[in-house]
Amino acid sequence: MLRLEKLVKTYKTGDQALKAVNLEIPEGQVLALIGPSGAGKSTLIRCINRLVEPTSGNVYLGDVELTGLSAGMLRKERRRMGMIFQEYALVERLSVMENVLSGRLGYVGFWRSFLRRFPQSDVDEAFRLLDRVGLAHMADKRADELSGGQRQRVGICRALIQNPALLLVDEPTASLDPKTSRQIMRLICELCKERGLAAIINIHDVALAQMFVQRVIGLRFGEMVYDGPPDGLTPDKLTEIYGEEDWEATIEAVDEDDLEAESAAS
Amino acid sequence: MPVQDIKGQKIWQRRAGRESLFHWALWLIGIAVFAYCWQQISKSTTWFFVWDAPRIANDIWTRATPPKWEYITQLGKPIWDTLNIATLGTLISLILAVPVAFLAARNTTPSRFIVRPIALLIIVSTRSINSLIWALLLIAIIGPGVFAGVIAIAIRSIGFCAKLLYEAIEEIDETQVEAITATGASRWQVMAYGIVPQILPAFAGIAVFRWDINIRESTVLGLVGAGGIGLQLSSSLNVLAWPQVSLILLVILAAVVISEWVSAKVRGAII
Repeated sequence: MLRLEKLVKTYKTGDQALKAVNLEIPEGQVLALIGPSGAGKSTLIRCINRLVEPTSGNVYLGDVELTGLSAGMLRKERRRMGMIFQEYALVERLSVMENVLSGRLGYVGFWRSFLRRFPQSDVDEAFRLLDRVGLAHMADKRADELSGGQRQRVGICRALIQNPALLLVDEPTASLDPKTSRQIMRLICELCKERGLAAIINIHDVALAQMFVQRVIGLRFGEMVYDGPPDGLTPDKLTEIYGEEDWEATIEAVDEDDLEAESAAS
Repeated sequence: MPVQDIKGQKIWQRRAGRESLFHWALWLIGIAVFAYCWQQISKSTTWFFVWDAPRIANDIWTRATPPKWEYITQLGKPIWDTLNIATLGTLISLILAVPVAFLAARNTTPSRFIVRPIALLIIVSTRSINSLIWALLLIAIIGPGVFAGVIAIAIRSIGFCAKLLYEAIEEIDETQVEAITATGASRWQVMAYGIVPQILPAFAGIAVFRWDINIRESTVLGLVGAGGIGLQLSSSLNVLAWPQVSLILLVILAAVVISEWVSAKVRGAII
């Protein structure tokens, strides 16, 4: 579904953020991207929808090669890639509804969007999504009146109303408290399952990643150093990704969480 | 180093020895220059006029009071003209300033090396020339009257509004723009959704602030024949009709106070 071939990004400063990354993601797979700050996680997902221009290499979304596309074609392809941000990146002074509908901008002409005359089907879908994330009653509130968790839900709606095939998720929980973090991660993963979406989730919290995803990629200095199931992350592996540290506590915490989750499910 | 080690005890001073000496020397030079300038100014001043000033001021004060209240019937139209000059001038300048601001802001300009310098030049050149001088020029070109005043105010305000607006554009939160771009929105849609909502409060604030300034500026435009209450002021001054002058000054004061009150209210409502 998504295939990266020898993706390289060298910044003007000479920093090599990505060193020939190869990655293939099948349809509907949710993948966590972990690694220390500055490992190139954000760069990687931004190179996919070309918010950051990759220096070389190829990105295939389905059959379409993205790195060579013209501006107009790129806009069309961006509609298939929903993005969710760390600091929510809602337009603060617009209402929740306007923020959700802004996900349709790629489908709607300038004047219609400028005058806020979106097609009724888009508005219906926006209400459906807001209802799904439990914010239907908030549609008229201004985005800056919402709490962090609520804002991120709006961010999720904005990404989903694009009707994407792939979600690019950049640190969705970094600004949230632990409970809200879990709720947001659960919501994202549930929605991916419902809609058969693939997702790349950048995340700092290893334990949280292990709870929710099927596959983990470890990035260090722009290189992939781990690719495997979440329970394959041994202390050795974590040391390889992040550097020397006592990892036992992290892993134990995960085991307990898993047990909790299982007992709650049963 | 401001830290000295004396017998194992660390003494901290704001400045070390040589540095503080240098500092004192600077002060000394400054005082000397000030004294010299004072002397020069004093030499070229005719002190007789200065000592005479309180008497003259008192004389004008007695001539100017009480204001000639019945003259107010002739001031309604000019003060209305003045308000219109300020308001229309501000509107026109805002319409012209918005594109200039977008061309001048680093993050929205289409070209940093050609378009941006031109936009900055427009901002600097319109800002650096006083509206009275613009009015003098425009009166020569389009003849005396209110229209010249409106255009003078409009041109003078472009630079001011565009400068403040482009600074606001440069300070926006880029992640919001990024998020809108990521949806596949076009350039204009990114502007309408990602940038405009963020600068709207700044824009409204700039508009009322400049309107407020323009009311004050337009009161003097009449001095050079560009319409408004300044026309009355200059003709009253010419015939030494001091009671009329004082009434005009009171009317101007009232207009300025009201405009300040309005702009403070509007700004309060926005922010």
